[in-house]
Amino acid sequence: MSLTNYLVLAVVLFTIGGTTVLVRRNAIIAFMGVELMLNATNLSLVTFSRMHGNLDGQVMAFFVMVVAAAEVVVGLAIIVSIYRTRRSASLDDVSLLKH
Amino acid sequence: MLASIHTAPLEAVGAIPATGAASLAWLLVAIPLASAAVLLVAGRRSDSWGHWLGVLAPVLSFLLGATIAIQLLGLPADDRVMTTQLYPWITTPELSIDFGTRVDPLSVTFVLLVTFVGSLIHVYSVAYMEHDIDRRRFFAYMNFFVGAMLLLVVADSYALLFVGWEGVGLASYLLIGFWNFNPDYATAAKKAFVMNRVGDVGLLLAMGAMFTTIGSVSFEDVLGAEFSAAWATAIGLFLLLAATGKSAQFPLQAWLGDAMAGPTPVSALIHAATMVTAGVYLVVRSGPVYLQSPDAQLAVAIIGAITLLFGAIVGSAKDDMKKVLAASTMSQIGYMMLAAGLGPIGYAFAIFHLFTHGFFKAGMFLGAGSVMHGMNDQVSIRRFGGLSTYMKVTWVTFMMGWLAILGIPPFSGFWSKDKIIEAAFVGEGWHPWVFGTVALLGAGITAFYMSRLFFMIFHGDKRWTKAPEGPDQHPHESPALMTVPMVILAIGSVALGGLLSVGGSFVTWLEPVTGHAEHHEPVLPVLVIMIATIAVVLAGVAIAWRMYVAVAAPMTAPHGSALTRAARNDLYQDQLNEAVFMRPGQALTQGLFLADEYVVDGTAEGTAFGLASIGRVASRLQNGYVRSYAGYIVGGAAVAVVVMLASRM
Repeated sequence: MSLTNYLVLAVVLFTIGGTTVLVRRNAIIAFMGVELMLNATNLSLVTFSRMHGNLDGQVMAFFVMVVAAAEVVVGLAIIVSIYRTRRSASLDDVSLLKH
Repeated sequence: MLASIHTAPLEAVGAIPATGAASLAWLLVAIPLASAAVLLVAGRRSDSWGHWLGVLAPVLSFLLGATIAIQLLGLPADDRVMTTQLYPWITTPELSIDFGTRVDPLSVTFVLLVTFVGSLIHVYSVAYMEHDIDRRRFFAYMNFFVGAMLLLVVADSYALLFVGWEGVGLASYLLIGFWNFNPDYATAAKKAFVMNRVGDVGLLLAMGAMFTTIGSVSFEDVLGAEFSAAWATAIGLFLLLAATGKSAQFPLQAWLGDAMAGPTPVSALIHAATMVTAGVYLVVRSGPVYLQSPDAQLAVAIIGAITLLFGAIVGSAKDDMKKVLAASTMSQIGYMMLAAGLGPIGYAFAIFHLFTHGFFKAGMFLGAGSVMHGMNDQVSIRRFGGLSTYMKVTWVTFMMGWLAILGIPPFSGFWSKDKIIEAAFVGEGWHPWVFGTVALLGAGITAFYMSRLFFMIFHGDKRWTKAPEGPDQHPHESPALMTVPMVILAIGSVALGGLLSVGGSFVTWLEPVTGHAEHHEPVLPVLVIMIATIAVVLAGVAIAWRMYVAVAAPMTAPHGSALTRAARNDLYQDQLNEAVFMRPGQALTQGLFLADEYVVDGTAEGTAFGLASIGRVASRLQNGYVRSYAGYIVGGAAVAVVVMLASRM
C-alpha cells in the first residue's frame, strides 16, 4: 500500500476537522475538530518519518500529543468555566473581545 | 572757485590702560543701574524717598564723570584714550570679547552731557511728576535710561555698545508708554520699539561683517583695521542703518513724533541727552571705517541733509508744542549727521552741536513742560498766547533756548551750527553747493518754525480755552524745583558755545578721537556764509512775526496749502510706511498663516485622518466571533501555501 494513501487520509481528516471548527457553534464540537486537525497532522508527520526513514517526525508527533494533552486540559477548563457563568457552550455567545 | 582739499589723516591715538578715576568708569554705569534696581525691587516701600535716590544716582555719576574729565585734561593729548578690561565676557576659539570700558575725550563729553543734563531733568521731574502715583517707578526707568546710555558711550567694543544700545531702546519703550493706560500712548511706545529694532538689525549686521573680516568687534581692533573698499562700504551702511533707527533719521524717523506720548521730562531726556544722540555717537566713533569708504560717508551726509529739511518742514506746520520740538530735534540731529558725513572736518562740529543742542533743547522741553504745568496740560500752540507776563522765568529761559537754536550770535547754537554750515560748503564738485544750500535753507526754516512756536506761546493775544470748551485757564509760574533746572540750562544755552569755542578748545579736545583736520577753505568766503546765515535766520523770524504776531493767529488751524497739509501729516510718513511695509507685512503674515493652516496642518491632519479611516475599516474584522478568526487563519494559511507553491514553480 502506497504511503500516499496515508497522506490523503491525513488531508481528509484535517479538512473535516477544519470544517468542524469553522461551522459548528458548540465549543465542545469545535474543540473536537481542533483535536482532529492535530491528529491529522500527527498522521502526516509519522508518514513522512516513514518515508524518509528517520525518527524525527515520530519524535515531533510525540511533542504534538503532549502539547495537545495540555491544551485539552486548559481548553476544557475554560469551556467549563464559561458554561458555568453563561449557561451556554456556544462560541458565538462569547464575542465580547472585539473592536 | 578753487578749494584746497586734503584728506585729513585720522591720527587714531592708541589706547593705554586706565589709571586713577578713569579706571572706575564702570561705576558711571553701575550707580544709576543699581539705583534703578533698588527702586524696582523695593517697590511701594520706597515711594516716600525713591525720587531722591533717583536724583542722587545721576548726580553721583556726574561727579565721577567730572573727576575723570579733570584727570584727562591734566594728561597730554596722546594719553587721553584709556581702556580698562574688567573681565573676559565672551570667550570662544573664534571670538573673544572683553567686558571693558574706554575713556577718551569723546566718551567723556557724552558722559558729562548725559549726567549733567540728566541730573537737571531728574530734579525737574521731582516736581513735574509730584502728583503721579507711580513717580518712583518713573525714576527707576529714568535711572535705567541714563545707565544704559552711559554703558553705550563708555563701552570699549561694538558688542558692549550694543548692550547699552538695547538698554536705551528698552528704557525708551518703558518711558514713552509710561502712561500706558492710554492705548494711543502704548501704541506709540510699541512703534518706537519696533522701528528701533529695524535699526538694530543694521548694528548686528555691521558686527557680523566686522567678525567676518577681522574677527573682532572691539573698537581698538576695528578702528585700526584696513578693510577692503566693499567691506568698508558695507559696514558703513549697516552702521548708518543703525544710526537712522536710534537717531530718528530718514527713513526711520516716524517714531519720534509719537514718542511725545511720554511725560515731558522723558522727551527732554530722549531728545537732549540720551537715545537720539546715540546714532551720531556711533557714526563719529566709527570715523576710521567711514574714512575708508567715501560712498558710505556720502550716504551719511545725504541722510542728514534729507532729515534736516524733513524735520524743519514738518515742524513748520505742527500745532502740538511738543511735536514741533520733536521735529526740531529730528532736524537738528540731521545737521549733526550731515556734519558727521563730511568726514573729519565735521566730526568735532557734529559733537559740538550735539553738546550745545543738548542744553538748549532740554531747556526748551522743560520749558514746554512748565507751560503745560501752568495750562492744564494744554499742548496746542493755537490755544496759548500772551503767556510772557504770566510765566516770566519760563519765558526768559525759553527765549534763551530759542535764540540759541536760531544761531544768533553769541548764543550757543551760533558757534556750533554756523560751523556746520561752513563745513558743508567745503569740498569740490556738487557736494558743497547742495549740502551748503540745504544747511543754509534749514537754518532759515528752523528760524521760522521756532519763532512761530515761541511767538504763539508767549506773545500775541490770549487764545486760552474758556469754561464750556475746556478748563478755565489760570496760568502760573512753576515751582522752583522746575524753574532752577531751566535757568541752569538757559545759562548753558547762552554761554556754553562761546566758552568752548575760545581758541578752538573743544575741537582740540576731541582730536585724540576724531583726528586732526586740516583747515579747508569753503567754496564761498566764510564771512559771506556767516552773513547769509544770519540774514536767512532773521528773515525766518520776520516772516513768523508778520504771520503770527502782527496778525492775530487763528484758534483753529486754517485749511492751508497742500504742502502745509502734508507737513501736518508728517509728510505722509506713516501712510508710506503703512503702504510699503505694514500692509505687505500683514499680507505676508496672513499668507503664512493660511499656508500653515491649510498646507502644513492639512498635510498632517489629512494623513492622520486617512490612517484613522483605514484603521476603522480594518477594525471591522475584529468582530469577536472566534469562528471568524479561525476562518482568517485558514484563509491566511491557504494564501501562504499558494504563495509558497507558486514561488517553487
